[in-house]
Amino acid sequence: MINPEMKAMRDGYGEGLVEAGKRNEKVVVLVADLTESTKTDLFRAEFPERFFEMGISEQNMMGVAAGMAACGKIPFVNSFACFNPGRNWEQMRLSVCLSGNNVKVIGGHAGFGNGTDGGNQQMFEDIALTRVLPHLTVVVPADYEQAKKMTIAIGEFLGPVYMRMTKPKREVVTTKGTPLIIGKAQVLRSGKEVTVFACGAMVYEALQAAEEVASEIDVEVINVHTIKPLDKETIVNSARKTGRVVTAEEHSIIGGLGGAIAELLAEEYPVSMRRVGMRDKFGETGEPDELLAKYGMTKEAIVGKIKEVR
Amino acid sequence: MLPVSMADLAKKANLLRAEVVKMLTNAGTGHPAGPLGSADFWTMLYFGGLINYKVDDPWWEERDRVVLSAGHYCPILYAVLAEAGFFPKSELMTLRQLGSKLQGHPVARSLPGIETSSGPLGQGISQAVGMALAAKMDNQKWRVVCFMGDGEQDEGQVWEAYLCAAKYTLSNLTVVIDRNNIQIDGYTENVMPLDSLAAKLAAFNLNVIEVDGHNLTEIKEAYERAKVIFEKPTAIILRTIPGKSVSFMENNPAWHGKVPSPAEEILALTELKKQ
Repeated sequence: MINPEMKAMRDGYGEGLVEAGKRNEKVVVLVADLTESTKTDLFRAEFPERFFEMGISEQNMMGVAAGMAACGKIPFVNSFACFNPGRNWEQMRLSVCLSGNNVKVIGGHAGFGNGTDGGNQQMFEDIALTRVLPHLTVVVPADYEQAKKMTIAIGEFLGPVYMRMTKPKREVVTTKGTPLIIGKAQVLRSGKEVTVFACGAMVYEALQAAEEVASEIDVEVINVHTIKPLDKETIVNSARKTGRVVTAEEHSIIGGLGGAIAELLAEEYPVSMRRVGMRDKFGETGEPDELLAKYGMTKEAIVGKIKEVR
Repeated sequence: MLPVSMADLAKKANLLRAEVVKMLTNAGTGHPAGPLGSADFWTMLYFGGLINYKVDDPWWEERDRVVLSAGHYCPILYAVLAEAGFFPKSELMTLRQLGSKLQGHPVARSLPGIETSSGPLGQGISQAVGMALAAKMDNQKWRVVCFMGDGEQDEGQVWEAYLCAAKYTLSNLTVVIDRNNIQIDGYTENVMPLDSLAAKLAAFNLNVIEVDGHNLTEIKEAYERAKVIFEKPTAIILRTIPGKSVSFMENNPAWHGKVPSPAEEILALTELKKQ
């Protein structure tokens, strides 16, 4: 991939949301005082009567969305992932998931997205928090294009969904034509010796890592954009083929993509495995790229694990 | 619906109290004080013509939405729904048993008439706000009633929801708060002082009406008044006696979450029969 375009997932989300709103008039948007940051201002401009500013009250926002969903609306609930679902997890558990309400929870600025704001707002726990909830689908688009497609897809999907995104402009690795099916992992690069399962912005890093070691190791790269339900077939088949697995995510190695794949493979097809991700730590102030380097979520870190797992 | 006299409604409320006592004794766990204290309100709401519902079409689009935010009050709601004919009364004695639709705390749509899941306090009011907002968006005439406990007002989410209800002028929402002054750890004013509740609610831009929660006429008038206030959502504070009509339970926080023994059940049912 030579000089890919740099675009933010949240821009894809904002555009996708307008499209979802055009396709279905039941789509409504709720935001907790972060309209521009979450790029929901595009929807507000297009459909002001379907846009609800809820103020800095994420718990109420989640409940209001559940009530609207119970009346047939399709609410998208927006804030930073550290608050949504960080602050309103219990409301998501009871009012949304236990009740099976058709609410779309959007966690923005996840991982090191809020780099300079410090560890308080850097969310590395959201996939773990959401993955344990029954009835909930958990998705992590890999780039701008996928965020846009995923937004439209979850708007049409019946059932509660959590979608997480990071903030910075990142390499666009999928195209307009790349198919997207919720629950179906994407093999982006075929290989025979090691599989890297990645999600979010780590998908590009994984592809770069695979390229770097291509002369010595034949690496398969799979974009696991749906963490739940996990695409067991694709994951187990790849592990069976390569026998060695690395996971990469901008999230804690506990409970996230790495955790999910470790659980699956431990039962279905145990293989040698390494995880790239946040290693049970909080972040700190810094630029996202500096932080990713310091905490080991880069192409180099993935290359290291690919070599280690052999 | 045929006109019903207040005397008949009062009698029905006591029959429902007896039902609650039997259900809870049989279940072995649960919360008697709130359901007994609020039985008059629930009876008035469902049998006094305050809300629109269709027993033979429980999910009728234009029904009024009744949201039980304080999930532990569910025995009285279950008893009322069965009395109204939403499901057979024979199911009442399955409360809290494995496989029962009468879950220990309500689960949304597990039974006709159960709109939301509850238990964790403070969540029903936000959902009620969402429903009222949806109704308003679609110019629907149906209304939303949200029932809460007073201890529940300790939850911060409740006050977020009030801010939001006032912001969107949700006059189609009526909040009902059972001011019985008890919660699990004791009297509300010792656990976490709440007074003056009326002043707090008014400051949050709600139209506040305080009533004697055992006076059916006052309950009816308050609800009818809420329907014609268009500037604000209305909060009705029901001043009630927890455990009402069972003398040894009345006003005693110990009965918030403890069920009668079989001997106490007989005492309670005997007292209720005499009234």
